[in-house]
Amino acid sequence: MRDEKKYGMVIDLDKCTGCGACMVACMAENNVPFKEDESNKLDSITWMRVYKLTNEKPFPEADICYIPRPCMHCEADHGHSPCVSVCPATATDYSLRTGIVSQIYSRCIGCRYCMVACPYHARYFNWWDPVWPSDMEKYLSPNVSPRMRGVVEKCSFCFHRYQLAMDKAFLEKRRELKENEYQTACAQACPADAITFGDLNNPEHAVQQLVRPDRKNGGRTKHPRAFRLLERLGTNPKIYYLSSREWVRRAGDNYLKKENKTLSGRST
Amino acid sequence: MDNALIPKEVKRCPFSQFIILLGPVVGVLLLGVFAMSLVWLKGLNQTNMNDAYGFAAWIWADLTVIALGGGAFFTGFLRYIIGKDELKNIINYAVLIGVICYSSALLILGIDIGQPLRGWFIFWHANVHSMLTEVAFCLTVYLGVLIIEFVPLIMENRQIDRVPFFHHLGHRMHEIMAVFAATGAYLSFFHQGSLGGVAGVLFGRPFAFREGVFIWPWTFFLFTWSAAAVGPCFTMLITRITEKITQKKLVKENVIQLLAKISGWMLTTYIIAKIIDTWYWAAVTAPSKGFTLMDFYSNNPLYGIWILVVEIVIFGVVPAAILIIEKGRRHPILFITAVVLAVLGVCLNRWVMVLQVMAVPVLPFEGWPMYFPSWQEIATTMIPVTYGIVFISLAYRYLPIFPQEQELNPMGQMGPGEQEKPSILSDRKLRSAET
Repeated sequence: MRDEKKYGMVIDLDKCTGCGACMVACMAENNVPFKEDESNKLDSITWMRVYKLTNEKPFPEADICYIPRPCMHCEADHGHSPCVSVCPATATDYSLRTGIVSQIYSRCIGCRYCMVACPYHARYFNWWDPVWPSDMEKYLSPNVSPRMRGVVEKCSFCFHRYQLAMDKAFLEKRRELKENEYQTACAQACPADAITFGDLNNPEHAVQQLVRPDRKNGGRTKHPRAFRLLERLGTNPKIYYLSSREWVRRAGDNYLKKENKTLSGRST
Repeated sequence: MDNALIPKEVKRCPFSQFIILLGPVVGVLLLGVFAMSLVWLKGLNQTNMNDAYGFAAWIWADLTVIALGGGAFFTGFLRYIIGKDELKNIINYAVLIGVICYSSALLILGIDIGQPLRGWFIFWHANVHSMLTEVAFCLTVYLGVLIIEFVPLIMENRQIDRVPFFHHLGHRMHEIMAVFAATGAYLSFFHQGSLGGVAGVLFGRPFAFREGVFIWPWTFFLFTWSAAAVGPCFTMLITRITEKITQKKLVKENVIQLLAKISGWMLTTYIIAKIIDTWYWAAVTAPSKGFTLMDFYSNNPLYGIWILVVEIVIFGVVPAAILIIEKGRRHPILFITAVVLAVLGVCLNRWVMVLQVMAVPVLPFEGWPMYFPSWQEIATTMIPVTYGIVFISLAYRYLPIFPQEQELNPMGQMGPGEQEKPSILSDRKLRSAET
């Protein structure tokens, strides 16, 4: 398809400071509900979640790394995203035009099979009806519908921004978007410029230039600093991470003890 | 009080005693209904499920009751398709248990989804790639088939049978029952398998994922196989419990022995297949994803390798060995031990394929989340049990469930307990005979 795009992200973990600005921007942009007590992370909603990793070594070798984790918008090696293929009501879909995995809130029956299928825990269930503090409702984004109790939600790559950008382009009689016309809230909010967003199929976009994914090989990259989470599962995620630290790259997947620590394309 | 409804030539306890005995069961059932109402009104926040445990106790209960209800389709298959005529003496009970299990499963699904009013979307916006779609379709249709199989039995109630229309309807339905049995068997082979496929297709969860044939992972076949093996065990177990409670022999031993022998061989072949599947998964599938077998069974407070040993050896090999050896299945204690172990085996297998799938961390930097159900989940999970007891009690009291009951318990010859305490029913029958 001529228009086929694959929107994705490259997150430079060497730049990420773990400030959480991406999480805050995401919640504000997408009307993500929150609880009065957010201490239990197992039932709170964080479309973008920043994990803190340690190399579990004592001082002076102790090291930490922060990994921001949005939805991976998997395409999977065989073309069926883990979550999309299992939804019984077709409430989540993979767009061949954008490569974005969508969630249709008004169709979701809340069976949570997609959450079970997602190895990244990127999908969240609305255990409660969304309630915002008084007056805060005035600050909600009018472009994103709040979700009701009993449905699943997740990162949409700020799809409403894509729609607005496409509307504008259409009025200007264009079919293509410029790179800066469609950017996610987290990418724009990152003060360290750690998140780069764009079309992984477009050689003019920074994401493509950064990792040069091999389209014929499940989007795999030979960039020495790049890796993807759980790549061995064959989920073909569209979030690439960059790190100059071997232990961080290795923390992105599961390996047998006998497997060589410096895996192909991963050594520094 | 309800004598006119009780089948001829069989003895039942007094109505008052019947009500008193059922009272506590109904009490627990009402507690479950209350908990279910809370969930429907307030949402799934009434449970202890969370984003790590999208599936939990209810889905386990769902998978388990469907496997245990598998006695209906497999006994029907043996009776009507293979032609094992002796099984006509237990098929009614197998169908009754099947109706209870499958209606319970659909009820649980109705509670378990976050938007129950949108349940019909599965049929309207069906995703043909989803195993759950296949489950929903087959379950619903098969429950319909089971009800059709059960209706002729209701028609045999003494009072209903007196109405010519119902009498003939029941008779005609009996004649074409082989068609429904075949349909039921066909549907069951698929939905039992689809339930296995629910876990097996999860290529993002190496603990659950299995290779397979075409679109079907090996768990598809293992689930069907295990349900066919253990379903009849559950039917036999409930039959024995019913016999114990009623203090009567209700099914002839040759019927039980035939079913036990077939179950034994099904269980034997299943457990061989399960061992091969486990070996291949541990040696090839999991390592290809970066996991060793022990990664799935260590660093957590509950799921140790013991669970695999218990499932395969104690709950698999042992009951299979007892049931295929004639001396074993004829020995009352060994027989009951075998069917109980087999039933526990399928319960444990479904638990592992639901709860442990959720517990095993996939991201290397995540840990094992643990889960214990809330009282609302436990109370609603008790609904199938209590509702099943009430359903069976009513059916046993008012319908000729066991065709051999009269022959095995002639009214003139009371059992040991019955001689001491003649029932109100038999007294009344005596009086009416005198007049």
